[in-house]
Amino acid sequence: MNQTYAVAAVTAVVLATVLIGALGLRISRTTSDFYVASRTVGPGLNAAAISGEYLSAASFLGIAGLVLVQGPAMLWYPVGYTAGYLVLLVLVAAPLRRSGAYTLSDFAEARLESPQARRIASLFVVGIGWLYLLPQLQGAGLTLEILTGAPDWVGGLLVALVVTGTVAAGGMRSITFVQAFQYWLKLTALLVPVLFLLAAWYGDGAPRARFDAPAVLRGHTVVEVADTVRIGLDEPLTLTVTGSVDSVPYERGTVTLAPGTHHVLAGTTLAFAPGAELPERVAGGTEPPPDSGRGDPRLDPLGWSQPLAGGRDGHQLYATYGLILATFLGTMGLPHVAVRFYTSPHGRAARRTTLVVLGLVGAFYLLPPLYGALGRIYAPELALTGSADAAVLVLPDRILGGLLGDLLGALLAGGAFAAFLSTASGLTMSVAGVLTQDVLPSRGVRHFRLATLLATAVPLAVGVVASKVPVADAVGLAFAVSASSFCPLLVLGIWWRRLTPPGAMAGLLLGGGSALVAVMATRAGLAPEGWPHTLMAWPAVWSVPLGFLTMVLVSLATPRRVPPGTAALLARLHLPEEFTGLPGESTLAEGNTGAVPAPAQEVRR
Amino acid sequence: MSEQHPAPAFGRGDPQRRPRRETVTYVSAHGPGAVPGPARRRPAHPPARSEIDEQTTLGHTYVRSLMRSQLRAALTALGALALLVGSLPLLLALPAPEIYVWVVLGVGVYPVVWGIAHWYVRRAERNERDFTGLVER
Repeated sequence: MNQTYAVAAVTAVVLATVLIGALGLRISRTTSDFYVASRTVGPGLNAAAISGEYLSAASFLGIAGLVLVQGPAMLWYPVGYTAGYLVLLVLVAAPLRRSGAYTLSDFAEARLESPQARRIASLFVVGIGWLYLLPQLQGAGLTLEILTGAPDWVGGLLVALVVTGTVAAGGMRSITFVQAFQYWLKLTALLVPVLFLLAAWYGDGAPRARFDAPAVLRGHTVVEVADTVRIGLDEPLTLTVTGSVDSVPYERGTVTLAPGTHHVLAGTTLAFAPGAELPERVAGGTEPPPDSGRGDPRLDPLGWSQPLAGGRDGHQLYATYGLILATFLGTMGLPHVAVRFYTSPHGRAARRTTLVVLGLVGAFYLLPPLYGALGRIYAPELALTGSADAAVLVLPDRILGGLLGDLLGALLAGGAFAAFLSTASGLTMSVAGVLTQDVLPSRGVRHFRLATLLATAVPLAVGVVASKVPVADAVGLAFAVSASSFCPLLVLGIWWRRLTPPGAMAGLLLGGGSALVAVMATRAGLAPEGWPHTLMAWPAVWSVPLGFLTMVLVSLATPRRVPPGTAALLARLHLPEEFTGLPGESTLAEGNTGAVPAPAQEVRR
Repeated sequence: MSEQHPAPAFGRGDPQRRPRRETVTYVSAHGPGAVPGPARRRPAHPPARSEIDEQTTLGHTYVRSLMRSQLRAALTALGALALLVGSLPLLLALPAPEIYVWVVLGVGVYPVVWGIAHWYVRRAERNERDFTGLVER
């Protein structure tokens, strides 16, 4: 791939982001502008901004990579990401807007009248935000590594710097413009190349992508295995090896591997002849790998979503429902999603905005699976290298080649960076907002800028040392925690009068906490093989009911603790704005000055 | 609450039986130029609305009825989602050509989800309009 074009495209996207951010900065005058764009964002612009923010590295790169490796069962990811907005629309969109809450912590405090509940909610906002930022930064690292060969931390650092700069300088106003722009950029960046790729595929005789049999390599293929993997063979395979297979070192040695499982050490280069069947990657499995620790996460990062596509029926069905619950119910609790509803002028606009978002997001998700299928045909060896997330980026070069391939590859690289930048800035914005209000000692824009730095520095540092999991899977973890903590809080808080602060806090800690512990333990490789692993890797099936049940039972056990203002607050959440006062003004802020940042204070440059 | 009773002057009741109430007529209240008709002028603060503002028991009943209708719409939408999309893992677990999975999950789900959302938004807005009409009448 020609580096020059790709680097130029990435630079252009970064510059455009900074420029549009600077444009917003000139408009951004007051603190109110700074945080929430003064709530004057129309549904069209706001919907594009929400979609732009939501479509992250997981959507742009991750889905295609997972489909390439594991087939159409992975399509549940985009379906879940989309349907999550439907659940959000019907259960929380308008009431959340009418609550006037800027963050989920604000909602917790206003609804429960408890600063303690607010603090716990803030912990989860920051935790989920960091969990979600991590794969964005790692994805940026991978992209830049593929494009330019730079070390994998460079891309993450670049994104972190740009995002910190834009967010700290311009706040939400510029973010809205930046993200609306980035939605259309991302859509274009996927749509235009796929048309060329499909034309080339058709001209090639429209070969079928096969997921039920090993992929056949189309040309002479050299694969460098980045992580130690085990491969399974059905038939003997002859290949040229530099490195170590089954603990035997080779130097350009021609080897014929017998059918069965083989162990390929990280850094080994495998060269296949044209027409060879690509060996399947074996993940997890029932037997521990021969010479490495059981459940070492670095052994096989692709093992994570394996149960979704894997053959073991019970596991597959369970994992699918785990994914469905996490994504359907988790969307409403993502910190950067909740903030966006505050910028709608009123509850009805929030609903209509969500409807537009569903259309925009759904249209986008028609595209990544096509890249996954094309990748299975033309670049199946990516499944072995451990960088299947790069499928989207390498396909134009692989299928078209030449100048056209370079240009389309550059467009995709630009779109991928738009994805990292937009999601990362939205997350940074909300994490920094919560840090400013609930963690750092004093409020104000200057501390907000400090908080921005903190919000990106932590996941950046963790990303350098943490093991790599495919981005779509890693994002799924954040969804699971969000579904088990904020989904019960929002749904019960909006629809149930008897929710009490002790109930809500117990539910947050038990539901969200157990999901967090389960996914962390799985990532750390502590989960035993088999059902325990499946249960812990996909916790939503049990942790969401646990969160709901805890909240309900503890609330019923503490009936005296029902906040006195519950009836009035619920009335405000559900009544149309004409009953509750001016649509643009937050009545919540009156009784609760902590919820909304410092009043109109000048923020000139 | 007395304002909510129909004004007797243009009510269908028998005026001869209750002569005392007949003295308060639309014309006597609004002057001879006013045109009597079924559409009375709206009070500045409709009674039901002030019940809500003042958070009386009646006001809470109004809010509860709105919440119930909105919750019913939400649960209907969620039920449709569970039935149409949530059942798919079971259906797709049946042996079927792979192309079905692609078509259903790759394309078919999205219009269904959007359709449910569209229905819900219209329904929720209608609930709010009905509520406003009920309270402000």
